[in-house]
Amino acid sequence: MPAIQSPATEEIHPDVALVERAKKGDTAAFEQLVRQYERQIFRVAQHITQNREDAEDITQDAFLKAYEKLDQFQGNSKFSTWLVRIAVNESLMRLRKRKTSKTVSMDQDVQTEDGSIPRDFAEWRPNPEQLYGQNELGDILRKTIQGLPPGFRTVFTLRDVENLSTEETAEALGLSVPAVKSRLLRARLQLRERLSRYFKQKNGGAKP
Amino acid sequence: MTCTDFLSQLTDYFDGQIEPKLLAEVQTHVRECHHCEVVLDTTRKTISIYREHEIYEFPTELRERLHAAIMKKCTGGGC
Repeated sequence: MPAIQSPATEEIHPDVALVERAKKGDTAAFEQLVRQYERQIFRVAQHITQNREDAEDITQDAFLKAYEKLDQFQGNSKFSTWLVRIAVNESLMRLRKRKTSKTVSMDQDVQTEDGSIPRDFAEWRPNPEQLYGQNELGDILRKTIQGLPPGFRTVFTLRDVENLSTEETAEALGLSVPAVKSRLLRARLQLRERLSRYFKQKNGGAKP
Repeated sequence: MTCTDFLSQLTDYFDGQIEPKLLAEVQTHVRECHHCEVVLDTTRKTISIYREHEIYEFPTELRERLHAAIMKKCTGGGC
């Protein structure tokens, strides 16, 4: 194998150059970062707060904070993970202010076993997409994730909706990897149980 | 493998981080336990349905408004 490959340069994420330029005052570089991640940050904030206006404010605040603290970004993690962490903190803070939820910290929620032990063993046939129209399905998915405790909802959103790795999720939330795994399992099982009410094969339905 | 053991391996299973020996045990258990087979299948569908459906709209109008507000705050003396 010729010694052409250079692993060190291969691993540098394109965001690193943009961040470096932005740090030096290049607003076009920062704008490109905003463009790349505004949708993701809005989606994360909306998932956690379940409120569109809050999500709009949080998206603005998160980028503003990132811009102000750009010098503190050391590049030890991905820029996107760093940004998501800011957005998660802003979102949880917003939930605390709203006080509509009893549990808004990442440390709470853990005691509850509600819904974490599977009780519904009905198959989902036909597939949910065949059972419901797009709008109705959207309503069910929103309503169901809304019912999840915020701590679980946040882990599920980062890991399964945004497709962050377990390690990145842990970093963004300031949790250990085992803590993320444990919350993720409970979140997935609780969502499964709740969705099963809508998606399960009805009694007397077609025989598989 | 018991049903509880199966559940404890579920996250690593979905993440593809399960050891080969345990993977074989999970697969054997699922073949023999219909309840766990359903849990595996419906949990997989739970993950994929949220991954594949964008449940919150982000219309162009909102995106443009947000984008402009962010850039104004950050570069227009707001920072």
